[in-house]
Amino acid sequence: MSKQINVALIGNPNTGKTSVFNALTGLNQKVGNYPGITVEKKEGVCKLPRGVKAHIIDLPGTYSLNASSLDENVVIELLLNKNDKDFPDLAVVVSDVENLKRNLLLYTQIKDLEIPTILVINMADRMAYKGISLDLEYLETHLKTKIALVSTRKNQGIDKLKNLISNYKDLSISHCIDLSEIDPAYFKNLQSAFPNQLIYKLWLVITQDVNFGKTDRNEIDAVANFKTKSKNDLKRLQQKETIKRYQFINDVLKKGQTIDVANAKDLRMRLDRVITHKIWGYAIFFIILLTIFQAIYDWSSVPMDFIDTTFAAFSEWTKNQLPNGAFTNLLTEGIIPGLGGIVIFIPQIAFLFLFISVLEESGYMSRVVFLMDRLMRRFGLSGKSIVPLISGTACAIPAIMATRNIENWKERLITILVTPFITCSARLPVYLIIISLVIPEGRFIGLSYQALTLMFLYLLGFGTAVLSAYILNKVLKIKSKTFFVVEMPNYKLPLLKNVALTVLEKTKSFVFGAGKIILAISIILWFLASFGPGENFNNAEEITKKAYSTENLTSEELQQKIASHKLEHSFIGIIGQAIEPAISPLGYDWKIGIAIISSFAAREVFVGTLATIYSVGNDDEDTIKNRMAGEVNPILGGPLFNFASGISLLLFYAFAMQCMSTLAVVKRETNTWKWPVLQLIIMSVFAYIVALIAFQLLK
Amino acid sequence: MENTLADIKRGERCIITDVSSIHIPLKLLEMGCLPGNYVELVQVAPFHDPMYLNINGTHLAIRKETAMHILIKR
Ligand SMILES: Nc1nc2c(ncn2[C@@H]2O[C@H](COP(=O)(O)OP(=O)(O)O)[C@@H](O)[C@H]2O)c(=O)[nH]1
Ligand SMILES: [Mg+2]
Repeated sequence: MSKQINVALIGNPNTGKTSVFNALTGLNQKVGNYPGITVEKKEGVCKLPRGVKAHIIDLPGTYSLNASSLDENVVIELLLNKNDKDFPDLAVVVSDVENLKRNLLLYTQIKDLEIPTILVINMADRMAYKGISLDLEYLETHLKTKIALVSTRKNQGIDKLKNLISNYKDLSISHCIDLSEIDPAYFKNLQSAFPNQLIYKLWLVITQDVNFGKTDRNEIDAVANFKTKSKNDLKRLQQKETIKRYQFINDVLKKGQTIDVANAKDLRMRLDRVITHKIWGYAIFFIILLTIFQAIYDWSSVPMDFIDTTFAAFSEWTKNQLPNGAFTNLLTEGIIPGLGGIVIFIPQIAFLFLFISVLEESGYMSRVVFLMDRLMRRFGLSGKSIVPLISGTACAIPAIMATRNIENWKERLITILVTPFITCSARLPVYLIIISLVIPEGRFIGLSYQALTLMFLYLLGFGTAVLSAYILNKVLKIKSKTFFVVEMPNYKLPLLKNVALTVLEKTKSFVFGAGKIILAISIILWFLASFGPGENFNNAEEITKKAYSTENLTSEELQQKIASHKLEHSFIGIIGQAIEPAISPLGYDWKIGIAIISSFAAREVFVGTLATIYSVGNDDEDTIKNRMAGEVNPILGGPLFNFASGISLLLFYAFAMQCMSTLAVVKRETNTWKWPVLQLIIMSVFAYIVALIAFQLLK
Repeated sequence: MENTLADIKRGERCIITDVSSIHIPLKLLEMGCLPGNYVELVQVAPFHDPMYLNINGTHLAIRKETAMHILIKR
């Protein structure tokens, strides 16, 4: 049996690693996380000539083995750890023909680790346009490797690459530079202290702050302590090393590459004159945002409605097909609606990621980062946080997933933590019904009070997010170098295949990741709402019938009364009444309490829960609105939903962390329960206090 | 007086003479910000910050505070 070849795809961001990966593996790929951190790990299998198989990993983009972000740590940790099951037999360095000089820096570093390396020069289709020609034979000799000239866009060179991979044993593993030349005495010393180790590996261990797994831990600690030089001296040596590497590269490229400037065209400059312009740049960004939001709301409403009705019909159908009983109820009232609650988000998530991946692939996203950085920096965020914050108005889940391209862990964490303050679409139904109940209909210079309130709530969400970012930035003591170097890639027409795969993969990861938790919660909620202890619950039917025996109710009305009575005495009803003392200072009764509890699964459940409790059979907002308007405050008397309790409720929903799926995603993205739990506690306590103050002041 | 990269104007092209390696992230050096290489200011955001540069053929954006540690000659 032939062993699988482990192949690692390495290269600078935007050189086309993922495109090469997609070309090699097609749909034979899966996405996971590296243990301990949430940087994506893409793996796939590629069939090579003569029945050999290659196991391919698409590593995060990195400019150098001197790691400056979590993403980059992943690469160096893998390359230094021979015992890792993914340790590559072969490194494939992907480079972009337009940026060959810079891309080769990483190549020389990997070569110096004595790992067999193939050089892929991608984007060959751009050569004529840029006036570039290459002497491949010369390059192969002097870079001591085999080169595949590839265009994933034109699907050229992939077979050659596959061939080279299967013959990887023929590759030379000689170095590119002699590191010890930059400080002979120091490196001689180092080598004699650790005679069995590769000098460049030792050097990396000394200069990097990465975590090297369990393997040869002791030895590595010993090396890492071999810091006979100050930090600044080390950095000066690193600079010398970099200069040396560039000398090597320049020498090779002087003969191996010719660029005919007269033939080069540059679309970038012309586009960037407008797109990154002080005024036009922002105007264009604003228009793009508006278009995206419009599209997300508009385009997804049709499939969402369709999914909604389909699930309702499916639930109904199942109910009719199966015999009555607890299992049928669990299925039709717990599991199927729960699944519906996952599936219904798919259109929004898919559209959002469609736009995001197009913006990213085209190179536009880096321009937004450039435009927004200064503004966001005031609040401890970076230009890169703007994308998730904006996506959060649709839904916090995809927004939090979109934070993955923020390299700086601290900025990324802050962005993840504050995103749930942004008014998401699930808050909208709650806001709408309460506003219509408690805010008068008058107008203020032509604008209705109700619309102004809604706008205020959106601004409140954004303001709170930005302000808490500011505070978190001061409070969190996380060591991560906060410098800002963003490459501005060339504009490119997105590859359809890449976009489609991204959308597919993000959607899948949402459905299976967060989906499991939404499902679990909805089953639990169903149990709590469908069962209760004692007489009152079990004999609900008789008790209710007796209570209403004098009134002339239709059987439908009676059924609703029974359901409502059952809910009141179900576990969840008991819980609701137990927490009533805690929430009555906020102006709520136990029924609102239940709605709030069930809203922790998802905010939009609020209206539905109240609807059930008030025994209105459906979510028809007008009917429930009338019922809500008629409710009386059990303690204070007067209408339950008045200005004070309404404002209190609005504020509570604005600030509280009431979304299980968001918590699940935060857990997944930060790989610990610490952050979602803190988020839940802090946001809810804050919401409670604000709502309390608001009600007490206004009542 | 010595000129730093933070002072150059849009469209201007200069040569890097020195970088203060303590203040400059290694990543920037590795992207080509090394003495002897040319640098051109492509575009600036409001308040001249961040700056969109072309350094030796690599296009990147850095903050003004970083640019102040890069010396240039016109
Ligand atoms: N013109 C051209 N563009 C390409 C080619 N391969 C990839 N791209 C584009 O380059 C960009 C970056 O590609 P991607 O695979 O995401 O790079 P990664 O960041 O290294 O994973 C995308 O916009 C691709 O569509 C190619 O062969 N020719
Ligand atoms: Mg990629």
